[in-house]
Amino acid sequence: MDVILFLIFAFIAVASAVSLVLQRHPISSALSLIGVMGALAVLYLLLGAEFMAAAQLIVYAGAIMVLFVFVIMLLNAGRERPSAASRLVRWLGIPLFTLFIGVMAYFIQTFFPKTLDVSFGGFTQGAGLEIGRQLFTRYLLPFEVTSLLILIAIIGAIVLARKEI
Amino acid sequence: MNFYILTLIKAGLVAFVLLTTAAYLVWIERKLLAHIQLRLGPQRVGPHGLLQPLADLVKLVTKEGLIPQQVNKIYFLLAPFAAVMLALISISVIPFGPEVEIFGQRTWLQLTDLKIGVLFVLAISSIGVYGVALGGWASNNKYALLGGLRSSAQMISYELPLALAIAAPLLLSNTLSFRELVETQSGFLGGVLGNWNLWYQPVSFLVFLISAFAETNRVPFDLPEAENELVAGFHTEYSSLGFAAFFTAEYANIITACAVGTHIWLGGWQPIIAPHLGGIWVPSLVFAFFGIMSLFHATQPARRWDKYTFPVLGLAALGLAALFAIPLLQPVLVPLFWFAAKTGALIFLFIWIRGTLPRFRYDQLMRFAWTFLFPVALVNLLVTGLVVALQP
Amino acid sequence: MPASFPDLYFPVLLQVVIAFAVATGLVAMAFLVGKRVRGKVKEMPYECGIPPTGSARERFSVKFYLVAMVFILFDIEAIFLYPWAVVYRELKLFAFVEMFVFIALILAGFFYIWKKGVLNWSREEPEVVTERRYPDAV
Repeated sequence: MDVILFLIFAFIAVASAVSLVLQRHPISSALSLIGVMGALAVLYLLLGAEFMAAAQLIVYAGAIMVLFVFVIMLLNAGRERPSAASRLVRWLGIPLFTLFIGVMAYFIQTFFPKTLDVSFGGFTQGAGLEIGRQLFTRYLLPFEVTSLLILIAIIGAIVLARKEI
Repeated sequence: MNFYILTLIKAGLVAFVLLTTAAYLVWIERKLLAHIQLRLGPQRVGPHGLLQPLADLVKLVTKEGLIPQQVNKIYFLLAPFAAVMLALISISVIPFGPEVEIFGQRTWLQLTDLKIGVLFVLAISSIGVYGVALGGWASNNKYALLGGLRSSAQMISYELPLALAIAAPLLLSNTLSFRELVETQSGFLGGVLGNWNLWYQPVSFLVFLISAFAETNRVPFDLPEAENELVAGFHTEYSSLGFAAFFTAEYANIITACAVGTHIWLGGWQPIIAPHLGGIWVPSLVFAFFGIMSLFHATQPARRWDKYTFPVLGLAALGLAALFAIPLLQPVLVPLFWFAAKTGALIFLFIWIRGTLPRFRYDQLMRFAWTFLFPVALVNLLVTGLVVALQP
Repeated sequence: MPASFPDLYFPVLLQVVIAFAVATGLVAMAFLVGKRVRGKVKEMPYECGIPPTGSARERFSVKFYLVAMVFILFDIEAIFLYPWAVVYRELKLFAFVEMFVFIALILAGFFYIWKKGVLNWSREEPEVVTERRYPDAV
């Protein structure tokens, strides 16, 4: 059951990601990315990370992607024209990509610890309380630094956009 | 009975009730607005226009679903689809009553109680922007695009005060599950009045209500469909059930928002006055009062058919009163009544405000969200935090 | 009563299926049922009866974009408030100070935005005396 659920949503995530690259129209790409985010949220949920799943939806799908969609709507970015593919890309693209995937899979298989006991419902400590305990005691410094990061981002956004108001 | 079968029954029931309520909200809204403006409202279809939603449905189904040639077809169809689908999902974590025993099986009067229920609703509503934005964009119409853009900018701007307003009572309740939220509000102040978060958090409740109005695109924040400037905003090009889909989504969102407000601030299904003071008999009394009033009106009919309709109505209300007085059914029915009454009161407020307030201007709307509502919510949150932290 | 963690999420899945069915039904019915009469004028973009001029795909004010940008940043702040609220009774004043520092830093950014006029949506008209603009009218 866990495997089936995982495979379904992993497939959705990968398919959306592929569609994100293949789509010619920016809106289609943006919506595919939302699909990726949604599928990732479900995958987090399958791991028992409820809070992470909700945060993924709220921050990525609900805020960052809204910005993307806005930009596409505002700039009226049209359909992309296909670039003339070079001969190298046309003939070596797929073999090289397969090779890359193979090498990555090999490294992950050999160097990372095996995770056999991951099952839906095996871990249920991913809700607000447990996250909060960790975040506000053990990971306090990263949390506070985040605010500095956000401050820098705010100022950066305004400075960049300011010229055009 | 099996858990899964029970869940299936509950889900079907909830979906049916939600959709019917959403359809009848249109009728209720038209009626209320009419009476606010000293009109009668829908009268033609059925007694007091009660069959109006059905007639509307038949009309909308048989209407032509026009797809203008300039639109982006896939996204034009995807937008109402996304809007309805997202609007119907959140109800799955909203409780309607306490844990009860039905047919010897203990169950929640709720589909499911997630540990992150509040965040779940927020997450679904934050994705709800896409229905509107996509509808406006795909229509490829100036009014629609402007409406969609305004609407989505407004929805994200008011999402912040909304999130901050919800966080403040959570400081008191320390949970994200709706069921636990309601349970922390059990008990009665001085043994009389329900121990609601509203009494400690009036400011955040107001901020929540205002933001909820804006999130659901209601008057006075219905800029996206400001008919005198934008025709109908993001759904200008929609007809037939595509148009109905946006409306279903809007009303379902209103119901969800009111239910969330009820659970976080108004004590959910808990009675307003303590049971030993008659809290458990209030529903019976309300229905009995309504029944007796109807019977009284039947003795002096204003119109010819009042002689027949009022006794029927009165007897039905008395029957309901009797039903709510059966001790065996009370643990199930009375909490449901309180939940429905509180949510209904909030929905009434939504309609009342629509009949009362004029529309904001767009710059006022955005300035209000960012330079007033957001700081107020933030200060309220910090003050609440300080007070709770200094308590022993 | 749900017995396990997956059982907690089963009703959500069920509700998603129901919502999917209802939404598909509504949209499919809208564009399948009902008579269909096509017409060139009928399928034009609606512009209050006037022949549409130009395309709707115009460029818009950068303010919308800025609002979305600022929203992301504050949304990240808001999401941190929820685990904070849940553990608040355990950490009390410690949690308050933590969040105060966090919010204070972000508020500095907020005031920067405010002072830069990003939150001001109406364009400030310079104070022009109307008589001077239309000298003949007086």
